[in-house]
Amino acid sequence: MTFLLAVIIGVLYAAGTYLILRRSMVKVIFGLIFLGHAANLMIFTVGRLTKGAPAFVPEGMEGFTEPFADPLPQALILTAIVIGFGVQAFTIVLFKRTYQTVGTEDLDKMKSTDQLPGEEL
Amino acid sequence: MSRIIMLPILLPLCTAVVMIFFRRLVVLHRFLNVAGTALMLGVSLVMLGNVQSGGILSLQIGGWQAPFGISLVADMLSSIMVVATALIGFTTALYSLGTIDKDKEHFFYHPLLQLLLMGINGAFLTGDIFNLYVWFEVMLISSFVLLVLGGKPEQLEGAMKYVTLNLLSSSIFLAAVGILYGIAGTLNMADLAVRIPMLGHKDLLSVVAVLFMITFGIKAAIFPLFFWLPASYHTPPVAVSAIFAGLLTKVGVYAIMRMFTTVLIHEEAALIHQLLLVLSAFTMVVGVLGAVAQYDMRKLLSFHIISQIGYMIFALAIQSPLAIAGALFYIVHNIVAKTNLFYISGLVNRLKGSWDLRRIGGVYRFYPMLGVLFLVPALGLAGIPPLSGFWAKFVVIKAGIDSEHYLLVGIALFVSMLTLYSMIKIWNEAFWKDDPRGEGSVEDEGYLLISSMKKVAMVVPIVILGSVTVVFGFWFEPFFVIVQSAAVELLDQGNYIQAVLGERP
Repeated sequence: MTFLLAVIIGVLYAAGTYLILRRSMVKVIFGLIFLGHAANLMIFTVGRLTKGAPAFVPEGMEGFTEPFADPLPQALILTAIVIGFGVQAFTIVLFKRTYQTVGTEDLDKMKSTDQLPGEEL
Repeated sequence: MSRIIMLPILLPLCTAVVMIFFRRLVVLHRFLNVAGTALMLGVSLVMLGNVQSGGILSLQIGGWQAPFGISLVADMLSSIMVVATALIGFTTALYSLGTIDKDKEHFFYHPLLQLLLMGINGAFLTGDIFNLYVWFEVMLISSFVLLVLGGKPEQLEGAMKYVTLNLLSSSIFLAAVGILYGIAGTLNMADLAVRIPMLGHKDLLSVVAVLFMITFGIKAAIFPLFFWLPASYHTPPVAVSAIFAGLLTKVGVYAIMRMFTTVLIHEEAALIHQLLLVLSAFTMVVGVLGAVAQYDMRKLLSFHIISQIGYMIFALAIQSPLAIAGALFYIVHNIVAKTNLFYISGLVNRLKGSWDLRRIGGVYRFYPMLGVLFLVPALGLAGIPPLSGFWAKFVVIKAGIDSEHYLLVGIALFVSMLTLYSMIKIWNEAFWKDDPRGEGSVEDEGYLLISSMKKVAMVVPIVILGSVTVVFGFWFEPFFVIVQSAAVELLDQGNYIQAVLGERP
C-alpha cells in the first residue's frame, strides 16, 4: 500500500510540475490542483499507514497496549483540503476573469506587467 | 496575562465580522478600520512591554497541553513584528480613507484589510508549524482579493503570477510540513527544537530544511524566486501596494528567522546559512539593478523591496547576536521606510496624474514640504546618517566585518550606493526637474478636487512614518537595546522551549 501511494504521489508531482510549466491557463490550474493533492497524499503516507488500529484510547483504559493509529495526519490533510479547495475555487474564477479581460489564455502573451515601457512613450 | 496574545488576532477578526454584517455602512467600515488598527497598535505595545519585562508569553489554545494543542507564543521577535504590523495597519487604514474609492469600499476593502492583518499577526504569533501554514493561507487569500479588487487588466495579469507562484509555494510548504511530521512526530516549534537533536536518522532533515527555505524564499522574494513581486506589486491601488510592500515579504523573512534559529538549528541550518549568504548577495545586486532600470515609480520601489530583503537575509545568515539584532532592526526600519515611500509615490501620482518619472516633474517647486517628507524615508533607505537606515546598515555591516565576510560587505556597500542613486533618480525626475508638460499643468490635475479631509488622511500617515524614521535615527540606542535583547533571546532556544512546554526534565 505504501509503495502504491508512493508511486501515485510521484506521478502526481511529475504531472503537476509538467502542467504548471505549460502555457495554457487551464493546464496551470490542473497542475496546481495536482500538486496540492500530491502534498496531501504525501502527509498521509509519511504519517505512517496503519490498518485496523484504533485511534482513540478505549473507554475505561489508561492508554494503548497495542499499536494505534495516529489521527493527526488526517486532521492536517482535512484542513489542507478545505483551504486548498477554497483557494483553487478562487484561482479558477481569477483565471476565468483574466481570460475574459485580457483576451488570451496564452501565458506567454501576458507580459505587460513585466516589461519595461518601450519607445512608445 | 498571557491572554493578551490572542488580541492582535481576535481584534481584526471581530472588526472584519462586524463590517461584513453591516456591509452597506461604508462609514462604519472606515471608522472601525481606523479604530481597530489603533487599538491593535495599543495592544501590541502593551504586549511588547509585558514580554520585555516578564519574559516570553505563551498560550495554549483550548487548554490542550503544549505539544498536543496549538500554542501561541509571543517572544520579543514576535512582539516587535506585531507592533510593526499594527503601526503599518493603522497608517494604511488612514491612508485608505483618502485613496480608496467607494466601489472598492463596497466590495469589502476594509474587512479584507483587517483579515490580512489578522493573518500576518497570526503568522508572527503562532508556535506551531502547521498553524503557520494556515495563517499564511489566511494572509494569502486576503492578499489575493485585495490585489484584484477593481479588476483592471494589469491587476488581473499581475494577480495571476502572484497567485500561481504563491500557491506553488504553499504546496511545497505543505509537503515539507508532512515530511517533518513524519520524521519528528510533532509540529510544535518548541517540541521540535527538543526532539530534532535526539532523532536517530537525520537524512531527510536537510530535504525538509531546503523545502522550507524554498517556500519561505518565495514568500520573502529571495534571488531566484522573486519574479512574482515586481510583476504584481505595482498593479493594485497604492494603499494595497504599500501594505504588501511593507509587510508581506517580511513575513517570509520572519519565517526563515524563526525556522532556522528556533526549530532547525543543527547541521541543516548551517547548510541553509551558507546558501543564504550566497543568495543574499545576488538578491541585493539583482534587486537594485532592476530598480535602477525602471522609470515607473512603483516598479522601482518594488525592485527595491527585493534588494533590501538581501540585507536582511545577509544579516540572518551570519547568525551572530549582533547580526540578528541588525537584521531585526533592519526589518523594522525597512517596513516603515518602504511603506512610507509607497504612500508618497501615491501622493505624487495624485498630484501629477502619472507613475512615469519621465512624464512628471516640478513637485518640489509647488510642494516643498512634500519634498522634505520624501527625502526622509528615501535617504533613510539609502542609509544616510542620522536616519534609521544608517544605523541598520551600520550594524549589519559591522556584523559582516566581525565575521569576516569581506566580499559580501563590499557588495552591500556598493548596493547602498546604487540605492542612493535610484532614490536620487526619483528626486531628480519627480521633484526637482521642471514639469515636462510645462508649468500651469501642476494645479489642474485633480488634486484640488480632493476634499481637505482626504488630503489630511493622505498626509498624516506619511508624517507619522517619517517621524518614526527620524526618531529611530536620533534615538537609536533604546530601540537597539530592545532588538538586541530579542536577538539574544532568539539565539537561546532554552527560554522559548521552557515558555511553551513548561518545566520538563
